[in-house]
Amino acid sequence: MISHLRTMWLVFRHLFMKKATIQYPEEKVPLYPRWRGRIVLTKDPDGGERCVGCYLCAAACPVDCIALQATENEEGRRYPEFFRINFSRCIFCGYCEEACPTYAIQLIPDFEMAEYKRQDLVYEKEDLLINSEGKYPGYNFYNVAGLDAGVKEKGKGKDEETPVDIKSLLP
Amino acid sequence: MPTIYIDNKPFDVKAGKNLLEACLSLGIDLPYFCWHPAMGSVGACRQCAIKVFKDEEDTRGRLVMSCMEGVKDGMRISVEDETAKTFRSQVVAWLMTNHPHDCPVCDEGGCCHLQDMTVMSGHNYRHYHFKKRTYPNQYLGPLINHEMNRCIQCYRCVRFYHDYAGGKDLNVFAAHNHVYFGREKDGVLESPFSGNLVEVCPTGVFTDKTLKEHYTRKWDLTNAPSVCQHCSLGCNTIAGERYGQLRNVVNRYNHEVNGYFLCDKGRFGYEFVNSENRITQPLIRNQAIEAAGHDTVLQYMRTLVSGHTLIGIGSPRASLESNYALMELVGKENFYQGVPDDLVYVEQKIVDILQAGCIHTPSLHEIEQADAVLVLGEDIWNTAPIMALAVRQSVMKTAATHTTEQLPIPTWHDAAIKELVQDDKGFLANVTMLPSPLDEISSATMKAAPDDMARLGFAIAHILNPSLPEVPHAGEELLAKAADISKALQEAKHPVIIAGTSCWNNALIRAAFDIAAALHINEKKAGLAFVMQDCNSMGLAMMRASSFDRAVANIQRAANNVTAIILENDLYRSIPAAKVDAFFSKCKHIVVLDTLHNRTTEKAHVLIPAATFAEADGTFVNNEARAQRSSQVFMPANSEIRESFKWLADVKALLNTVSNGHAKHMEDLLVALENKYPQFAGVSRVAPPHDFRIHGARIPRESHRYSGRTAMLANMTVSEPKPLQDDDSSLSYTMEGYRGLPPSPLIPFFWAPGWNSGQSVTKYQEEAGGALKGGDPGVRLFEQTTTPPVFSKDIPDAFTPRVGKWMLLPQYHLFGSGELSVYTKGIASQSPEPYVSLSKRDAEQAQLKNGDTVSVKSDGKTYALPLSINESLPDGIMLVPAGLTGMEALSWGAWINHSTVTV
Ligand code: SF4
Ligand code: SF4
Ligand code: SF4
Ligand code: SF4
Ligand code: FES
Repeated sequence: MISHLRTMWLVFRHLFMKKATIQYPEEKVPLYPRWRGRIVLTKDPDGGERCVGCYLCAAACPVDCIALQATENEEGRRYPEFFRINFSRCIFCGYCEEACPTYAIQLIPDFEMAEYKRQDLVYEKEDLLINSEGKYPGYNFYNVAGLDAGVKEKGKGKDEETPVDIKSLLP
Repeated sequence: MPTIYIDNKPFDVKAGKNLLEACLSLGIDLPYFCWHPAMGSVGACRQCAIKVFKDEEDTRGRLVMSCMEGVKDGMRISVEDETAKTFRSQVVAWLMTNHPHDCPVCDEGGCCHLQDMTVMSGHNYRHYHFKKRTYPNQYLGPLINHEMNRCIQCYRCVRFYHDYAGGKDLNVFAAHNHVYFGREKDGVLESPFSGNLVEVCPTGVFTDKTLKEHYTRKWDLTNAPSVCQHCSLGCNTIAGERYGQLRNVVNRYNHEVNGYFLCDKGRFGYEFVNSENRITQPLIRNQAIEAAGHDTVLQYMRTLVSGHTLIGIGSPRASLESNYALMELVGKENFYQGVPDDLVYVEQKIVDILQAGCIHTPSLHEIEQADAVLVLGEDIWNTAPIMALAVRQSVMKTAATHTTEQLPIPTWHDAAIKELVQDDKGFLANVTMLPSPLDEISSATMKAAPDDMARLGFAIAHILNPSLPEVPHAGEELLAKAADISKALQEAKHPVIIAGTSCWNNALIRAAFDIAAALHINEKKAGLAFVMQDCNSMGLAMMRASSFDRAVANIQRAANNVTAIILENDLYRSIPAAKVDAFFSKCKHIVVLDTLHNRTTEKAHVLIPAATFAEADGTFVNNEARAQRSSQVFMPANSEIRESFKWLADVKALLNTVSNGHAKHMEDLLVALENKYPQFAGVSRVAPPHDFRIHGARIPRESHRYSGRTAMLANMTVSEPKPLQDDDSSLSYTMEGYRGLPPSPLIPFFWAPGWNSGQSVTKYQEEAGGALKGGDPGVRLFEQTTTPPVFSKDIPDAFTPRVGKWMLLPQYHLFGSGELSVYTKGIASQSPEPYVSLSKRDAEQAQLKNGDTVSVKSDGKTYALPLSINESLPDGIMLVPAGLTGMEALSWGAWINHSTVTV
């Protein structure tokens, strides 16, 4: 009896509280930057593709829904020849983002991806690539890496000495 | 067996080993860089530090490099000691101060010994905040990529390339903290063993450029144990596939065969599998629509096989199963080796010798252990490169053994031994037609025509066993050489004689046998090794079928209803075109099964796409008559591409009205083969049967980190297909299955927890650098018996140049003479252009200069080739490169004349 009364009281009290439901889709949910939604591939500050095709996101993915093939341009800069995410398998765990050494792959707060056909949930690189640096502006992996891939010359990167003169025996 | 205490636990270890080897053999994870099981220790990297204690009371101990300290009975050491651990992690931290932030774009990543050792030694945070040293890179040719920033100065590359393999053009330059490993200037690496740098270097300084073209991480490859297809040695390889393409080939350790190394042809010559030139569709020619499917082509085949005389032409590069399936289909009397008569004759002699069993034929490992080697007439540098590497080791090791017998220096102590040995060398007599890089380490060399080399051999045999006939009219020079060589062979405990088929000369084989047999009678454990031409030359020769020339002769007599079935063999490469054309002109129907389009497949009325080694299971018999299994790496997406023996089984089923009786699985074929032909006894044991399981599980071809399973095919259909089912072997096309050690013939890749690079092989070995657990793969089909030798005694006359005529002989080129390997761009670009060689005297007499065009007349055809004068070539011989793309086969060994056109 007491419990019944208590329940009625609680329900009655909620009449005067702030509504939790919203009029979706007219009204949008507030989503925070770290919310793990649709996955995108971002770009470097120089406008080039950020992904270097290292396969770490694919290896980290627990449902194995990322497949790609790395290739390189004449200057040796690696990028994915194709990059595919099967969102019908993705569990939005964010492991790929965590594994990515270049900040290329990012989960953004967009979850409105529903499709009528499951096949349409397979995203290719063109669908994933956005024209933005995403959450990590200013970072270009090739500036901190050792190799010269046409972004910076050897010795011009962050914390690099000029290349050794290999013909010199001087101390 | 000494007992040592590691962290207070007693272990029995093998005497004569160092502590690092002992620990690794016991399965203890101890990081190292500069030590290599095949190259010993130099103590350069300081990574393998452990503590050694004086006795039980000693609590402080001292740090030592485990690779530089031998095991002693009762020794107390600690791997887990805090100081040792801190030291090791500090060493990696120092190495890392200059290491670039490259892993994501480094091809070594995922199979990187440096990554593994860094994690193992517990260094995980960079405290060093100063600048990193950088280096310029070099262009090292089309096969190897150079990224010097990643070097950790372990010196392994130079120790392998320069010391182990005898290469001259890679070395260490500069000084102190900026030593540089590379060439004096940009340029193609010259050594045919350069590809091993990829595996020897513990970092990503040297990486595989062919893999870079279609880069895949090790964990993403579908792998299978395979056997190299590019020469008769049958080195064990691991081939990896991704997205339906073969991506790379790496070494598969086999203690008895190739050990840790492959030659560049074997490592990089895999690209033919991905070639545009592949046959992908059965074709029925001269029809409105030539392309046919499996069923149509079989329907059509029914009319070709029934009521026709069948002739089968086998192949030295097709598997035993395929050759046998063809032989069964056409009948033994109608089965011919697709090999010219002269070569069959030489090969038959080799098989006779091995089968008689009175002489032991050594494995490559045994050749390494030999203390005197005589190479009689075989250019092993070009025809059997890993054997040349083994011979080099024998020469180097013999000298080292002489030293270690006198001084108590352990065999693994590479630096000390090198210091003592200096330029001392073991005995190698390299008797060849042309100079070879092996000459530098040879104590005796001779350049002569094949018959003269054979005469030298018979002269040696006569000295060793005076009851054998003397060589008539032997010159003084020959006798002096023979005396030198026989003395060295006699003094040796384990002499090895090497001969082969590349001179197409039977006398050489007989001479080599006589020497080995003479040594054997003198109570020596002499070995006799032969080199053949193709990966299954031995297997085919052992079937003892007749030569192609016999087929040509017999077909002339046959009624006009012959259907010829040619198995994976471009006849135009080994047999003069006139003969092949004569054969084809008598065939009513020509059926060709092959992998790549070539001149022979052009002649086919019915062309059937066969699987390459990567798409097929197959057994190959190498030069020591070791049968080895090569497993399917991937199932071709195109289901028309199938193993030849499967196609042939289907054709056979057409003939049998009752559809039973044909073998279903490979092992059934092999059992039938050994039942019918006892020389193959044992071949069915070469790998576990197709239904072999461990605890009910298969052995996965894919690593447990294999990625992209639910996305790689999602562009075609989003529902994942059922994993491919392999009905022919116990390997699976999945990531699931038995994760322990598989039986050695079925190791798809080397991996162990914490050991992602190929160096994890230690975990698969009985002891570091020893045999694989459970025995090395492969079954030797011939073993030594006590049969007394039958000496040959038939000595050829000395070679005398003829006036206006030259003996035509082939020159094999490691890069260029291979039918399949030239599909790799980087190999094709290093292949020589066609040429013809004459000796200096012959060229002068004919008033020819280098570069002049010489017309060579052979088999009724004239070939115009540029002249390259070879000063070392014996007079009276005309040398033409064999098997270059676009060049026809000539009648090797024939006397021909030439006319000259000077341009
Ligand atoms: S982890 Fe990042 S850089 Fe590497 S493949 Fe994935 S998206 Fe590209
Ligand atoms: S060598 Fe190894 S540790 Fe160094 S960048 Fe390459 S993968 Fe990373
Ligand atoms: S290049 Fe590789 S093998 Fe050579 S010293 Fe450097 S790390 Fe060692
Ligand atoms: S030596 Fe012969 S079998 Fe070995 S890797 Fe080279 S080509 Fe292949
Ligand atoms: S492995 Fe012992 S010092 Fe390098």
